[in-house]
Amino acid sequence: MYQTTMPVLKVENLAVAFKVRGGEVEAVQDVSFEIHRGETYGIVGESGCGKSTVAWSILNFLGTNGYIKRGSIKFQGQDLVGRSEKELRLLRGDQIAMVYQDPMQALNPSLRLGKQMTEVLTVHRGISEKEAEKRCIEMLERVYMPDPANVMLRYPHQISGGQQQRIVIAMALLNNPALLVMDEPTTALDVTVEAAVLDLIAELRRDFDTAIMYISHNLGVVARVCNRVGVMYAGEMVERATVEDIFADPQHPYTQGLIRCVPKLGSDKGSSFLYPIRGRVPSPSNRPTGCVFGPRCDYFQDRCKEERPKLRQIEDGQTMVRCHFAEQIDASSWIPTADIVLPALKQKDDGQAAPTIMEVTDLKKYYKVVGNSLPDVLGLSEPRYVKAVENVSFSIPKGSTLGIVGESGCGKSTLIKTIIGLEDSTDGSATLMGFDLTVDISKRSENLIQELQMVFQNPDSTMNPSYTIGQQIARPIERFGTVPKDQVRAEVIRLLELMRLGENYYDRLPRQLSGGEKQRVGIARALASRPDLVLCDEPVSALDVSVQAAVLNLLIEVQQTYDTTLIFIAHDLGVVRFFSDAIAVMYLGQIMEIGSSEAIYALPYHPYTEALLSAIPIPDPSVKQSTIRLEGNVPSAINPPSGCRFHTRCPRRHLLPDGGKICETTVPEWQDNGNGHRIFCHIPLETLNTFDPVVQYIK
Amino acid sequence: MTVQPSTSTRRSNSVAKLRQAVVNGFALIFTSQVATIGFIIVMFWFLVGFVSIFWTPYNPNESLFALNKELGIELAKQNALPDAQNWLGTDQLGRDILSRLMTGTQVILLKTRIPRDVPFVGGGFIPGGVAIWGVLGSLVFGSFLGVNAGYRGGWWDQIIMQFLDAMIAFPSIILYLVVISALGRGDLIVILAITITGAPGVARLVRSLTLDIKTRDYTRAAQTRGESAWYIMFVEILPNARGPILVDAMLRVGYAIFSIATLGFLGLGLPPPDPDWGNMVNDARQNIFSNQVAVIWPALAIATLVIGLNLLADGIREEITRYQK
Repeated sequence: MYQTTMPVLKVENLAVAFKVRGGEVEAVQDVSFEIHRGETYGIVGESGCGKSTVAWSILNFLGTNGYIKRGSIKFQGQDLVGRSEKELRLLRGDQIAMVYQDPMQALNPSLRLGKQMTEVLTVHRGISEKEAEKRCIEMLERVYMPDPANVMLRYPHQISGGQQQRIVIAMALLNNPALLVMDEPTTALDVTVEAAVLDLIAELRRDFDTAIMYISHNLGVVARVCNRVGVMYAGEMVERATVEDIFADPQHPYTQGLIRCVPKLGSDKGSSFLYPIRGRVPSPSNRPTGCVFGPRCDYFQDRCKEERPKLRQIEDGQTMVRCHFAEQIDASSWIPTADIVLPALKQKDDGQAAPTIMEVTDLKKYYKVVGNSLPDVLGLSEPRYVKAVENVSFSIPKGSTLGIVGESGCGKSTLIKTIIGLEDSTDGSATLMGFDLTVDISKRSENLIQELQMVFQNPDSTMNPSYTIGQQIARPIERFGTVPKDQVRAEVIRLLELMRLGENYYDRLPRQLSGGEKQRVGIARALASRPDLVLCDEPVSALDVSVQAAVLNLLIEVQQTYDTTLIFIAHDLGVVRFFSDAIAVMYLGQIMEIGSSEAIYALPYHPYTEALLSAIPIPDPSVKQSTIRLEGNVPSAINPPSGCRFHTRCPRRHLLPDGGKICETTVPEWQDNGNGHRIFCHIPLETLNTFDPVVQYIK
Repeated sequence: MTVQPSTSTRRSNSVAKLRQAVVNGFALIFTSQVATIGFIIVMFWFLVGFVSIFWTPYNPNESLFALNKELGIELAKQNALPDAQNWLGTDQLGRDILSRLMTGTQVILLKTRIPRDVPFVGGGFIPGGVAIWGVLGSLVFGSFLGVNAGYRGGWWDQIIMQFLDAMIAFPSIILYLVVISALGRGDLIVILAITITGAPGVARLVRSLTLDIKTRDYTRAAQTRGESAWYIMFVEILPNARGPILVDAMLRVGYAIFSIATLGFLGLGLPPPDPDWGNMVNDARQNIFSNQVAVIWPALAIATLVIGLNLLADGIREEITRYQK
């Protein structure tokens, strides 16, 4: 449909190589695609697949050791390969603009935003300072920045992350570029902010008729903003298709696998499974001969080993695929291979409720704020507090999973830290099997410490790089004496095998492991003391989707085997829904809604939950999702809003009489919807029940 | 159930691992030209030191009167320019400069003399030179203070760092003079002086590394296991700070050699009878009108050894950080 016009960007047979110690590696091999006006082209793939390298190579931002080895990059018909730095600099920021992942790194922290923005115009267009300022303010209004004239005078740290990214996008659009390269522009943002930025990107593409190259690892985001998609794997583009075809009828086994590993919104561990892709992305220096995906492919045949497939059009469609057998492969008849072990779910139909293992009532955690004024320093002024956790109450039955969701700054991490004992609590009570949890870890008994362990977020820092895997798992075993001294090694190996890692991992160092393997070792270490409750702080958010599925399956299996209770924090609401039995939605230190996971994702919703759900990027372009967007930022926890803490951003306030005056003055009561589903809102349940469901499936 | 490997195979495993680490270390040095040059220079001086233990052209402390008589030369050969007999010439007492220069390496890099009045071991040696022990001392002392300041924070940090800052405020030469005039001369005293003056710098480095490492998840994992502060500081944190500390230590050996030479020049350095490079510079300076080149040799020795250590440290640091992002 676009073929009649000349593409804005045409990349042909691109290969990018980096010089490294002792040779060079080809990070990108044989990548071809084209982007037309008014089109968003998505590039997806796991980390290390060369997505960003492709983006950087367009403007030759490859650093001192990278270079374009083969191929051509044609921008509006002209080849960019081999251009001088000076020529490229004229294009950058003018004809081609880029938006990166972290807006804080794209903005200069010591210059006012106005100065940085006008510079784009004065340098490239030679427009006068005054005129440039006027156009910048217009552009800021265009990206829905509140109070643009004032924002121009501020410094980057004075506005929120979402607003910073809006500034970067506005800056990129100032010169009306022909091509906009976006490299994971919403990955660092909260889900609600991400949704608003994605809306903005989609709108700007229509209005400005710009070609956008959109790089993301998140299939849901791609489904929302892109027209056409290229799937990258191990430096090659393995499939090119329209976004509808990619999700409805994926051709390459890798694409099929990717879609299978992401939990569908609304599915849970009782009714469906996540199927990980086995193995891991090969490093650029030792890619297999033949098909790069071969070793991980379920349809692997001799021909795949001998002959590297070419990117070709499938017989009955537009999709381009790099697979010998695309036509023969039928994704719907796929069955998991024997080496994918799926957790067997125990049926809990004996009707007996499990005993409560943990009980938290009105837990509070305040941090004292020390100001800089003289009375503050002398301790004379009224003490002020950051109310990080306020009146949190919940209970967890043994062997179940409580998911905690909320935007960053909602107090999830503080709550976890208080429970594990890295902080003591300010007020309220919390018990685990009769042990008091309100004191910090130095005052807790060894027995309690042993029962309560934690899995951490970042796989790269969860293991100590100086010790072998075996030593690190053995430490808690030795410390708590769970097995006699001469059986420690056997116990470590048992745990490694539980995590589907062999004995040969015992003597390895963490740097020899992939992210998913490190995370599994982290889980093994947490389980080594045989705890009853394990806190999981975003255990899969730093992992690629194919690995994420494997780790989630292992956690489910552990829970089934040992009847372990889990508290699971994640920002991905699809994963939380899949994994948890009960969910608590937190906002600004308070729980807004709590209940079983089916109840949370179905009517009635708390208005905040509704906004969160409508913000989730769903990896399925056929799903209709309501667009409820929150205004502004999470307010400061030093002076939280009076009454209901959510009232400053609540999109449903007007449903109450008097425009929701009561929300500003009175703290809401808990409304009970039965089965432990409670909503912390003034709006009566009957009204909440009349909302439209957020997600509607069109069949 | 798996069979437990015997301790001997496990030990041979760890030996193999150590060998692998050493091989990797050398590979790292040789990938950098700068580090290779530095390494060669440093190894040259270590070699000279080793050779001097077993052989020097002449006895370094023997004035050449006796020798000259044997050779049938009547006149004392003092302040001589280089010739076939004394390759680097002789000093004001007629001692062979080459022999003294070679032997001078020993006290810096290879041996530390224990004073005679120490019971049992008095008059003996400990392997490892004054510069090396001094730097090791400042590493131990500085790391201890730094890791405590960084990990515990709060008042610990305030008190330790204020105290160290106060020490840094003194010029180091003043501190040397204070320590030596209070405790007298001797190899151990010089080691102590180097330890005290070097510790604040090491402590600052270790503190900043600790502040970073203590926020890593593995430190938090240890905390949630209820480990003691000492365990976390010395088992979880310090081993991960070893890279930067090692590079810093190499630079510090260079500074320590400078300090020893300075003290020797002032006549406060390592006591006789062993020759001391700094002292040799001073002696040669006083006789510069009789022998113009004698001052060059010890100065050149000090300079090359310090430059070699600097190049080695710089090269390793560059190589470690090159492919990091």
